[in-house]
Amino acid sequence: MPRNPQLNDKGELQHLLSVEGLPRELLLQILDTAESFAGVTDRDIKKVPLLRGKSVFNLFFEGSTRTRTTFEIAAKRLSADVINLNVAVSSTSKGESLLDTVANLSAMHADIFIVRHGSSGAPYLIARHVKPHEHVINAGDGRHAHPTQGLLDLFTIRHYKKDFSGLTVAVVGDVLHSRVARSLIHGLTTLGAPEVRVIGPQTLIPAGAAALGVRVCHSMKEGLKDADVIVMLRLQNERMSGALLPSAQEFNKNYGLTAEKLALARPDAIVMHPGPMNRGVEIDSNVADGPHSVILPQVTFGIAVRMAVMSMVAGGG
Amino acid sequence: MKLLVKGGRVIDPASGRDAVGDVALADGRIVEALAGKPDRVIDAKGLVVAPGLIDLAARLREPGDEYKATLESEMDAAVAGGVTSLACPPDTDPPLDEPGLVDMLRRRAKALARARVYPVGALTVKLQGKQLTEMAQLAEAGCIAFSQANAAVADTQVLWRALQYAATFNFPVWLRAEDLWLAQGGVAHDGEVATRLGLAGIPVFAETVALATLLELVRATGARVHVCRISSAAGVAMLRRARHDGLPLSCDVGAHHVHLSDMDLGYFDAQCRLEPPLRSSRDRDALGAGLADGTIDCIVSDHTPVDDDRKHLPFAEAEPGATGLELLLPLALKWGVQARLGLAQTLARVTSAPARILGVEAGRIAHGAPADLVVFDPEAPWRVSAQALKSQGKNTPFLGLELTGRVRATLVAGEVVFEG
Amino acid sequence: MAALPDAEALCASLASALAPRIGPSSAMIGIHTGGAWVAERLHAALGMKEPLGFLDIAFYRDDYDRKGLARDPKRSKIPFDVAGKDLLLVDDVLYTGRTVRAAINELFDYGRPASISLVVLVERDGRQLPICAQHAGARVQVAAGMRLRLKRGEQGRLSLELERAA
Repeated sequence: MPRNPQLNDKGELQHLLSVEGLPRELLLQILDTAESFAGVTDRDIKKVPLLRGKSVFNLFFEGSTRTRTTFEIAAKRLSADVINLNVAVSSTSKGESLLDTVANLSAMHADIFIVRHGSSGAPYLIARHVKPHEHVINAGDGRHAHPTQGLLDLFTIRHYKKDFSGLTVAVVGDVLHSRVARSLIHGLTTLGAPEVRVIGPQTLIPAGAAALGVRVCHSMKEGLKDADVIVMLRLQNERMSGALLPSAQEFNKNYGLTAEKLALARPDAIVMHPGPMNRGVEIDSNVADGPHSVILPQVTFGIAVRMAVMSMVAGGG
Repeated sequence: MKLLVKGGRVIDPASGRDAVGDVALADGRIVEALAGKPDRVIDAKGLVVAPGLIDLAARLREPGDEYKATLESEMDAAVAGGVTSLACPPDTDPPLDEPGLVDMLRRRAKALARARVYPVGALTVKLQGKQLTEMAQLAEAGCIAFSQANAAVADTQVLWRALQYAATFNFPVWLRAEDLWLAQGGVAHDGEVATRLGLAGIPVFAETVALATLLELVRATGARVHVCRISSAAGVAMLRRARHDGLPLSCDVGAHHVHLSDMDLGYFDAQCRLEPPLRSSRDRDALGAGLADGTIDCIVSDHTPVDDDRKHLPFAEAEPGATGLELLLPLALKWGVQARLGLAQTLARVTSAPARILGVEAGRIAHGAPADLVVFDPEAPWRVSAQALKSQGKNTPFLGLELTGRVRATLVAGEVVFEG
Repeated sequence: MAALPDAEALCASLASALAPRIGPSSAMIGIHTGGAWVAERLHAALGMKEPLGFLDIAFYRDDYDRKGLARDPKRSKIPFDVAGKDLLLVDDVLYTGRTVRAAINELFDYGRPASISLVVLVERDGRQLPICAQHAGARVQVAAGMRLRLKRGEQGRLSLELERAA
């Protein structure tokens, strides 16, 4: 196996491509650093000069306003210059290859590329071809990984539950297609959460799931019992009918998080969702807006986590 | 032209001969002894002299994809790899479904005077799996078998009729076993690695379901079927039972699949994007064992030149395939060493066995056989690099790695076509 | 080699020196980590009105491009409004002056103080910026290649130590 492309030979973070393969100490360092960035919003000038003069290019081949906006806010809080590339109308849609697009941007003195792409592995390809001072942060590649989301989920869990060592975490929904689920699961197993469950119909749980270190459950009754953390995954429209699932209604009946099913979990369980939510499909409104939900704080934590990641990759040494 | 290959370790898997000696060639044939002095003597001391390799699957990218490779470059690659006969699959552009195309390919190859080229014709028009090709006419033009390359015949009725038709004329049909629907969208073996990497998977049962269908149709039609590029342990087991039951089957495995598994994908290495996919290490080991016990007859290169532009892409978007003509010999030797088989047994998998399937005289060292030989150093190491490869396809997972086994000379029809 | 001064004694003498300067608009901020420990001593001794503030200068250092982000940044916390205050900025050792430069820049992102006075436990030669302390507990000579560090012992007792510079 070749060396982990995310780390330089000193074991420092050069790129953030996946939670998988990051050592435990590094994961904790990211969370701790995010903690200190959380204080930046407490002051008049909500900025620190860390990335002043550096350019952050948002290279989104897949649309996303929410993730792109949080990266932009995070970069600006670090005093970086942010350039958003709307790839749909850019040269790539005219047939320019991924690597040519990156090479052209690199010629414009980029420091950090934030990349979201529909094909698993695309950020790795980019990371293999950028210059030594350029850094790649994966904002989601195919169904492989969404490391900053995984990290902010870990940050959220730590914020409310303090410690991973006794936790039961349930991840519910379309695990097969979910990069968010994969990143979170890797993080939880690295940080020592003893019981991580995935819940969904067989059609939405990947063949190699057990190898990820999770317990596969096909019913909410089994999977939510005594859970401390429940993470609901978004069910995409195109999956809602067809060969994977018959309908959104049937999915909601068996796997949607209702107040009744929530009662199976621990009384102090928290409910998370990476967003955007399909109310009434994977999660009912009364739960999404209820006292167990930490869905909105997740968004705030996302900015601090992304600030931490950007400052850790871009630092010299 | 009279030639003497002198003093090498002569290995002929077909007869079991394995001893130091000379091989005499005259008028394009191997002879017991030369009448008179040779025009040239090739010193094979310390080297192995074997029948030229016979590769049942090598894409020459002509007609059609000339920007990827040319007939000339790939024929150079073949003889540099010690391959003296090769069969090329019908997935050219346009596919080999017309006698005119087949004829043109054969003539161009013959004019280059390097390896012997045996075209495999398309089983269905444009490989679309709907309408049978004019197999008799294609056979007359030179096709030695019919195949779908990597395109499935989804309509089982068409598959049945195609096998029946081919059986009528005793034409061999070479097919990969993969169900179109079960494999659809997949780019990697459906297992732990694909799950971790977030790649759409092709489950093993995509192969076994199609194989079961194929075996039943063989039973029903009596067609001579050669199963191409078997990829799984379960598939090998099914073949073992079928051969035990006496079905007239033969089978091959890709050289890369005997050595690599899905673990080698690493961090999305598109050089490992292959068809069929690299499966688990258990599957890989079963392929090696199947080759050793004869369930699988031979190793092929499945040579598929792909240029850098089509490989420097995210894994699922990259074009599948690996260059292989120059790696067939060292990869076969490496398998032989791991299987603890002697050189003769090892070489059988790339000489006498494919010769039998192809139905040609070559592939053996005997009086009167075609003078197709390879002279090689089984111990010589070499680094697989873009410079070292003659093929225009530099795409292989072995790029940058060292392999053992270097061709020193290749002869076709008694002519020296390569010296290294 | 002269012995290093007693850190606890220095804190006490600094507190005495500062006492007459404390007014209604005074506030104190310690720089993590050593400056924070000294500030805790001083703040307790001086009985100031405003709670103690802490600064971690990790995000304002000038060596980020060379060394990257510090391993374990703490959270800056200033629980009062900086605007219009007469700030006492506290650090343990004043050497090159770069830490203080970073701290002042960070402070100004919180608001506009009326004044900033620098209070250090010890100062040594080697200034690289035009920065000086208004109050210093002692001046110490440090040999080349050595570094002066403030340590906190098990019972919380502060002491100065010399160690080889990295």
